[in-house]
Amino acid sequence: MGQALGFFTDTTICIGCKACEVACKNWNQLPAENGGVREMSGDSYDNTQKLDGIHWRHVKFIEQFDGPYNGRWLMMSDVCKHCVQAGCLEVCPTGAIIRTQFDTVVIQSDVCNGCRACIAACPFGVIDMNPVAGTAQKCTLCHDRLEVGLEPACAKACPTDSIQFGPIDELRERAQKRLTQLHAMGEKRAQLYGDDPKGPLGGLNSFYLLVDEPEKYGLPRNPQLPSRNLKKAGAFSAASAAVLGLLAVVGLRKRRMDDMSGGSAN
Amino acid sequence: MSDTFFSSAPHWTWFIIPYFFIGGLAGGAYFLAAILEWFGRPDDRPVVRTGYDVAAVGAIVSGLLLTVDLGQPLRFWHMLFQSDNLPAIIFKPWSPISFGAWAILLFGLFSVLSALGARAEEGRLKNPALRAVGTAVQGRALAKVVAAVGGLFGFFVAGYTGVLLSVTNRPIWADSPWLGALFVASGASTGAATLILLAPGRGATARSLAWLSDFDFKALIVELLILVLFIASLWPIRQVWVSFWGVLLLVGVVGAGIVAPLRLHAHPARAARWVLFGGFLLRVTTLLASEGIEHYRVALGL
Repeated sequence: MGQALGFFTDTTICIGCKACEVACKNWNQLPAENGGVREMSGDSYDNTQKLDGIHWRHVKFIEQFDGPYNGRWLMMSDVCKHCVQAGCLEVCPTGAIIRTQFDTVVIQSDVCNGCRACIAACPFGVIDMNPVAGTAQKCTLCHDRLEVGLEPACAKACPTDSIQFGPIDELRERAQKRLTQLHAMGEKRAQLYGDDPKGPLGGLNSFYLLVDEPEKYGLPRNPQLPSRNLKKAGAFSAASAAVLGLLAVVGLRKRRMDDMSGGSAN
Repeated sequence: MSDTFFSSAPHWTWFIIPYFFIGGLAGGAYFLAAILEWFGRPDDRPVVRTGYDVAAVGAIVSGLLLTVDLGQPLRFWHMLFQSDNLPAIIFKPWSPISFGAWAILLFGLFSVLSALGARAEEGRLKNPALRAVGTAVQGRALAKVVAAVGGLFGFFVAGYTGVLLSVTNRPIWADSPWLGALFVASGASTGAATLILLAPGRGATARSLAWLSDFDFKALIVELLILVLFIASLWPIRQVWVSFWGVLLLVGVVGAGIVAPLRLHAHPARAARWVLFGGFLLRVTTLLASEGIEHYRVALGL
């Protein structure tokens, strides 16, 4: 594998312009939905609402207001985390989901058969079906652009460099400097999410700088692989089958004993 | 809040729910037929033959439901073979959907073999090739071997669906390790209930039916115990049951599907109908309760 590439998203400088969403849709030729008529959420500037098979970038608007003049918006451009230990890749039964030479996680649409196991396996709710392709889809980190030395469309379009693209090691150093700077400026809530290679899922190749708890951004505090439940669930199922098998055989034995006692009585 | 609440729903609904139900009862029916194949008496043969038929039809219907549910149904074989490297197979022992695809295929194979044997036993096979296969696996040591392996696959198919749900990151499913065990017990109880209803038409004796009814009673008690463990294991996210699905679980699954048939033990056919109804509602509740949380999450903008 070559050098690991990814995103560092500094949410403190996101202005919610959604240029990343537009660039992503444009480059990846993602279809519109509802005939191109956008359904408004009605109570937020966030009308995309979630990542799915045709929205591979989603700018979240987290509105924290306790009065008309007292509050803040947290803005965060969400995307596939390209986990080092990826739950989607783990469960995919067709081998459609692969780890690339850039240490990114890509769904090969011509191999995927749309079983949707990856959707349920992703702890971040990133993947969903693309209704046009009939397959599960998500951000590829613009794999086609990486192969010719270009940066992903979203990072290229981001006007504030909230989305930074590059080698993961360099991005981690940059993120640490920014974190130190924010702490020095008094923003003690600043924290990095997913930067630690010893952390959950072996680290995320798309990691974030947040200024509130992860849950406030719709991110799980401790994302895990789906296989964590396999051994226990399998053992309980086998034990259940063994008990039922035993009950069936014991029932037959009791019937035979009853027959024999009935026969001897006759 | 559980970390599972940040995932997305896979939209496993109106093809997968009947698949889980039919696959479960087919596996349970085959398992009971296999037990009787090994330890039963000659007068149990009608139940054995019915069990094999139910399993074969159930396995075929299950395969069709699974295929139709895919986003790209014609690529169903991508779960079995590497699409760009034929004829190499693809098999991930750590992924239930991967080993489950193989299990349903092999269960289908064994159940069809056993069903052919059952038809040969009744002299109902006209086609010479099918008759040769049926005769080979009928009433001999081979029938027992096929039944033993197929019976294991049967219980495997009944239970792996629950394990598959647990090996995700979805609320309810991944928050409990008991779904596989629960589906095994439900597969056994619904399998027995199906045989109670269908075997009399194949000439099952009252003695065989009494054993089935007795087993179903015990299987329901096991299912109830596991259901209690399942619900207890979800205590940290108990708010998910403060919903329509909680009511359905209590009234439909526990009340109509377990308690009612236990009380109707003296009337096996009536009890069996309630068992099947409850088994179906168990799948409806466990799948849709988790799917529904997606809408809740989106509504909150998370």
